[in-house]
Amino acid sequence: MSTKPQDILLGVDVPIDAGLQRAAGGPTQAIIDEVRASGLRGRGGAGFPTATKWQLAKDATGEAKFVVCNADEGEPGTFKDRVLLTERADLVFEGMALAGRAIGASQGIVYLRGEYRYLRAHLESVLSARRDRRVLGTAILGIPGFDFDIEIHMGAGAYVCGEETALIESLEGHRGEPRNRPPFPVNTGFFGQPTIVNNVETLALAARIVHRGGAWFAGFGTPASRGYKLFSVSGDCEKPGVYELPMGIKVMELLELVGGLHAKAVQVGGASGRCISRAEFDRSLCFEDLATGGAIMVIGPGRDMLRVAKNFLEFFVEESCGQCTPCRAGNVALLEGIELLIAGRCSMAHLHELKSLGETMRLTAKCGLGQSSPQAFLSIVEQFSDEVLGQQPRA
Amino acid sequence: MNTPNYRRTQTQSRAPTSMQINPIPAAPSELGEHGQVEISIDGQQAKVPYGTTILDAARSIGIRIPTLCHHPDLCVAGVCRICVVEVAGQRNLQASCAYPITAPLQIQTHTRSVRTARRHILDLMLTNHYGECYACWRNRNCELQTLAEEYGVDWFRFGHVKEPIYAIDASSHAVVRDMNKCILCRRCVRTCIDLQEVGALEAIRRGADTVISTFADKPLGEVVCIGCGQCINRCPTGALQANDPTDEVWEAIDNPRKHVVVQTAPSPRAAIGECFGQAPGKALTGELNTALHFCGFDRVFDTNFAADLTIMEEATELLIRLRKALVDGENVALPQFTSCSPGWVKFLEHFYPEMIPHLSSAKSPQQMFGTIIKTYYAKVHGLDPSDVVTVALMPCSAKKFECNRPEMVDSGYKDVDFGLTTREMAAMIKEAGIDLPAMKPSGFDDPFGTATGSGVVFGATGGVMEAALRTAIELVTGDKVERLFQHADITPVRGMEGVRYAEVTIDRVGPVPELLRKHFTSFDFLLGQTLKVGIAHGTANAKKVVQDIKDGGKFASCHFIEFMACPGGCLGGGGQPIPTSPEIRAARAKAIYAEDRHAAVRKSHENPDVLKMYREFLTDGPCGEQAHHLLHTHYTPRGKFIV
Ligand SMILES: Cc1cc2nc3c(=O)[nH]c(=O)nc-3n(C[C@H](O)[C@H](O)[C@H](O)COP(=O)(O)O)c2cc1C
Ligand code: SF4
Ligand code: SF4
Ligand code: SF4
Ligand code: SF4
Ligand code: FES
Repeated sequence: MSTKPQDILLGVDVPIDAGLQRAAGGPTQAIIDEVRASGLRGRGGAGFPTATKWQLAKDATGEAKFVVCNADEGEPGTFKDRVLLTERADLVFEGMALAGRAIGASQGIVYLRGEYRYLRAHLESVLSARRDRRVLGTAILGIPGFDFDIEIHMGAGAYVCGEETALIESLEGHRGEPRNRPPFPVNTGFFGQPTIVNNVETLALAARIVHRGGAWFAGFGTPASRGYKLFSVSGDCEKPGVYELPMGIKVMELLELVGGLHAKAVQVGGASGRCISRAEFDRSLCFEDLATGGAIMVIGPGRDMLRVAKNFLEFFVEESCGQCTPCRAGNVALLEGIELLIAGRCSMAHLHELKSLGETMRLTAKCGLGQSSPQAFLSIVEQFSDEVLGQQPRA
Repeated sequence: MNTPNYRRTQTQSRAPTSMQINPIPAAPSELGEHGQVEISIDGQQAKVPYGTTILDAARSIGIRIPTLCHHPDLCVAGVCRICVVEVAGQRNLQASCAYPITAPLQIQTHTRSVRTARRHILDLMLTNHYGECYACWRNRNCELQTLAEEYGVDWFRFGHVKEPIYAIDASSHAVVRDMNKCILCRRCVRTCIDLQEVGALEAIRRGADTVISTFADKPLGEVVCIGCGQCINRCPTGALQANDPTDEVWEAIDNPRKHVVVQTAPSPRAAIGECFGQAPGKALTGELNTALHFCGFDRVFDTNFAADLTIMEEATELLIRLRKALVDGENVALPQFTSCSPGWVKFLEHFYPEMIPHLSSAKSPQQMFGTIIKTYYAKVHGLDPSDVVTVALMPCSAKKFECNRPEMVDSGYKDVDFGLTTREMAAMIKEAGIDLPAMKPSGFDDPFGTATGSGVVFGATGGVMEAALRTAIELVTGDKVERLFQHADITPVRGMEGVRYAEVTIDRVGPVPELLRKHFTSFDFLLGQTLKVGIAHGTANAKKVVQDIKDGGKFASCHFIEFMACPGGCLGGGGQPIPTSPEIRAARAKAIYAEDRHAAVRKSHENPDVLKMYREFLTDGPCGEQAHHLLHTHYTPRGKFIV
């Protein structure tokens, strides 16, 4: 593997607007082609190929098109987007402008997590500086017809509003509830118009890719997960923080880096991710193995795994939008099951039923929240069955 | 932000997009003009039009997929997830009601994982469903109960709520809400916003705390709810119910001092058989008369009599408004709006209070009848009005609100004591041990025994307009309406189109009939005029028409517009048997038009009992002094911001 370049996202030599300068005047398809060559997949968690999304939106017909930057960053244990917005806002906005150029949108929207309100003034000043520099607004870089501006829309603290269709619903002024799919936002998104929703990191990377070329980015990472990725590392380790690492890095390597080798378990992907035990620490962090939006929670030897699972489920019971049955009531049933396990009073038959329920939730929930919320529970029950079943019966 | 409202041009619905299927991209040209997509469901091959949902495709080839949140009248929420199926190549199961087919698919509807999932979903619904079927009004007519049986629910796998969580909200005369039985399918929410465009209901809170509620969690009786009861008709469970006064009615019947009279409206008669297992579309008018006598009602009257009276008053009022506009040069509110649908009236009071002058001041047939019974009828029969109890069998829950309006006491007493829905009456009849369809038919009681077909068609959308036109045309032209419309069937105003428009040119005028001489010396001012009328049913459609009038559109030039709060008119009322669907409503409409066809008298102004009433009691005629006192009313501007 080649050594890490100093100009990906958090390096010291990251130029601003180099991608825009390079591609703005050229054919719009070239932008998408460059992104496709990079193999970039969405950094918000699902890992959808970014170029494919852009192409679909480009080819879709609509009265207008929209680029939405998903800065809701609500996944417990994720804070990398905050760092980007704080230190690399220009890169994110550059990526949005390139996306707009690529799909034919002239309006961009940043959906900013409610708790990041304090960042708004900073972001607004970056935006207005960009307008002054003619890299935002009408006739960007003097290119006639390249009009693109960005607005910031505040979220209000609902985790589910990070889900792209709930986000759009919230943008339209409704209760943040996920929509029926198909069709997808690339065809019918914001106000029914073709819309791409991308993670902050995805957009920033796109800007770098357009500058340095797809092949450059594709030279890092693994065959199905190219490039570098930001990891938000938290929990029982010596050096928590945001790390920029190549895709495919082994859990063990990462733990070594952050001073967490003593870990008993690692929760990969935040509350909605899966929990792995030491036996799996040689697995890789990439879409073909342990897919993640970048949240790594290190769980030390002193932790009670049932309480870890309980903590996550309490989060989902609260954050479910309440629309669909499997998620609204299923998370409660799982939580009650965990309470039985903690009290040492859950029968094997009931545990079996709970696992099966988790599978039903994964299969039938309307959106990713309910589809992934049983994961932590299921993996903990599977990986730590001795601990889970070994509770002393209590009243 | 420059974000014009694209959505409104794409779909008509005001429901949030999360409660709809997004518009799909146009069919690719290689599918050809008819855009057929090949699919297989459970091994059966089929071709379906591009964009058909998996659910509809399955139904079209006779495969049943269970549903709960789906309803044929409503936009698609996709929230209960009971309808999931397996689609080859997809990681998750898909909600068949919300999945438009745009490419060839292989679908399986009852694999092991599908069956397990459905059972789990039912188990989960039951975890917080507090209700005992035998003590529930939806017992044996409940979609949740039926599915629980079909999927073999035999115990509460994930627990069961032990006591009620929510207080029952009985603040509204029309709708009682017991959220302990609610499964959050949101059909009521969609009914209220998508079908009716009222928006009184919405889900509040999140996650496990989610509950259907109102603005600021206020009691339903204090918000903009119009009482139409459409939400009740579409609720799959017993969570919603009309405010049921059956016990009080029985008490009155049991009280020997009370003289209990019941009036029956045409729509319940056309639908009540459904509560007894009959297919929709057969009226049981005569059978019902017999049954009600058996139940112990002292007299059974036909609301149609009062409908004819309403037509006389409303048509006269319209002619007076036209005279004022055309002859006297007065500034009168035109078009005149009908006022017999209390849900519509409350809708206007809330959302367009400034349009109240357009409302006909004529009371609805139910209220006219109540007044007449407690005045004229009581007098003629030497009854003390305070001992007369008036019950109205109506297809409607808003009628309950209407009879409780404080101004509805023109007889000196509460004009109508109790409004009963079709469903409540069916329950009373069952309680009395009567098998309604097996009853020997009998007639209505005098003195209001001859009602006309015009009264009957009140039950269907366009019916009031048809009845009014039959009478207005004949009164004005002095000639048979059959000259213009075969069999006096004014077909241009019939149908199920949500908004309709029709014109009739007055090509001759006759002498002013005796009854109207107080108001008119001649009808010459109408000669050559084109009478323009409009019809809207369902308040979402009503809203379109009112908005059009405000914008100076086509309906602004109308003279008379019929508005019904409920889709289909009264036959689709909020008190009608459950379930409801476009097909069921069409069948009821057929029954109603058949009854009109066979009526001996078909025009309100030819009803001998009505004419007698004007001769003997309301002697200064339609819209005269006495009529104004007893048969007309006034309205209350309410506004929509309720604090
Ligand atoms: C419950 C839920 C919460 C989500 N929250 C976020 C979020 O905070 N930020 C984000 O970028 N994506 C989030 N996503 C993923 C988005 O739906 C979407 O896939 C993503 O924004 C697409 O961007 P990408 O392709 O660049 O990854 C969430 C998904 C779900 C189901
Ligand atoms: S899965 Fe949960 S968050 Fe998603 S739509 Fe269903 S209830 Fe809402
Ligand atoms: S709502 Fe249905 S399932 Fe619930 S108590 Fe009533 S009949 Fe039974
Ligand atoms: S009765 Fe009508 S207006 Fe009232 S909540 Fe139900 S649907 Fe809405
Ligand atoms: S009240 Fe009835 S219709 Fe409304 S959400 Fe609950 S169960 Fe569904
Ligand atoms: S019927 Fe399809 S999700 Fe409810």
